[in-house]
Amino acid sequence: MTRSSDRRGFLKLAAGASTASLAAACGWDGGNALRPGLLDISRLNDWVGEKILFSSTRLARTYSPAERSAQLPSYFISADMPLLENPHRWRLRVDGLVRQPLELSLDELTRMPRVTYTVKHHCVEGWSAIATWHGVPVSAMVERCQPLAAAKYIRFVSFDSDYSNGWDMASALHPQTILAYGMNDNALPAAHGAPLRLYSPTKLGYKMTKYLVSMTFTDKRPGGYWEDQGYPWFAGI
Amino acid sequence: MSDGPAVTDAAPPPPPPREAAVRRHHWIVRLTHWATVLVLAGMITSGLQIYQAYARFGNRGAPPFPSPFDGAQFPAWSRLGGWLAGALNWHFALMWPLVTVGLLYLGYLVGSGEWRALLFRPRDVRGAFEMTRYYLRLRKDHPPQGKHNPLQKLAYTSIYLFGALAVLTGLSIYKPVQFAWLTALFGGFQAARYWHFWIVWIFVAFTIVHVILVFTVDPASLRAMLTGRYRGRFPSHD
Repeated sequence: MTRSSDRRGFLKLAAGASTASLAAACGWDGGNALRPGLLDISRLNDWVGEKILFSSTRLARTYSPAERSAQLPSYFISADMPLLENPHRWRLRVDGLVRQPLELSLDELTRMPRVTYTVKHHCVEGWSAIATWHGVPVSAMVERCQPLAAAKYIRFVSFDSDYSNGWDMASALHPQTILAYGMNDNALPAAHGAPLRLYSPTKLGYKMTKYLVSMTFTDKRPGGYWEDQGYPWFAGI
Repeated sequence: MSDGPAVTDAAPPPPPPREAAVRRHHWIVRLTHWATVLVLAGMITSGLQIYQAYARFGNRGAPPFPSPFDGAQFPAWSRLGGWLAGALNWHFALMWPLVTVGLLYLGYLVGSGEWRALLFRPRDVRGAFEMTRYYLRLRKDHPPQGKHNPLQKLAYTSIYLFGALAVLTGLSIYKPVQFAWLTALFGGFQAARYWHFWIVWIFVAFTIVHVILVFTVDPASLRAMLTGRYRGRFPSHD
């Protein structure tokens, strides 16, 4: 009896070990059998991150401008850097489930309440860098456009090909979530999403839509460029 | 007509057992041990895939932390997930069974009192010294021991602490804003990443030494970890 359970144990161990090494050998993302399960757990982790760990009042640490990093990498998904043909005609469109849809020029945005902070940027790849950002809090925009009670998410859309992100309302209303038009005391550079980008030190970099054209309030959870490919949706840190 | 004494006289004495088996590992210990092997293998391999996305430590523009793995690319067989998102999803899925198994095991140790045979305490210092002398061949006879010798207790106690540190450093780089105090405790986000990564090599080194010692010193302990019964050199329990 000891011997047979011994053998069973060995077989189980061998089966487990070979599964694991097969998985590792193939650079396995779970395959068609396991990938949906892994994505389900990722949704569970989103829920834990959003409903349990995220605090709508806890602020990310701020730094002094002297602590800014020498460099902060940036990227876009289009073949060439997205540039506006006529920057003066650019408007931010605010629409969806709102009482007051808006179309705002950069001038109008800079006349709204202004926030400046120096914070650490966290990339999903594992790097981090400190920079200063200037912009208007999303909460100030929400006050102006007056979303309906049914609005639970905001979809941020860019003119960088089909790059977009979906945000939950609590993250968007966090006091450090801003629509940034400036960086390190200057206008937002084209490489970092000019004329306007979303910024928040409580999210991973890929959630902060650059090259903004619109924010749409909705009751359905919007996907996103990286999120639809398997990256965590909430991405709160 | 009494039959009792007659039977006793006639029957030959039963053969002495070859070696008495002692019950050594509860099923919770065996289950959590092998589950940890699988889950940790998945955590480490997905972790190496994640590391590949930015294979160094330190803020952008600042000098990198000293590391022999600076810029290292690990071989494909050692990486799980295929790409960063796949690896992240493995890593953040396996963190649940890892913590569950760890807590189940610790709960068993505390509930059963078995922790006494494993926890390295100040009174084990002298015994650890004697065991070291034995391994260095400065002492001929193997010092008497219970289930585990003091050096084993030191190794196991340390690896539990490193396991806890792996979870805490992991949490501090998973949510560095929500757990800012924890991240600060480890010296900031990049430092916490650095420690999280180093603990991997402590696990790897521990596993290599552990497996070598099982096969060279006490092969019977492998069977004990599978069946629960031990028939080896160190049958006593403290």
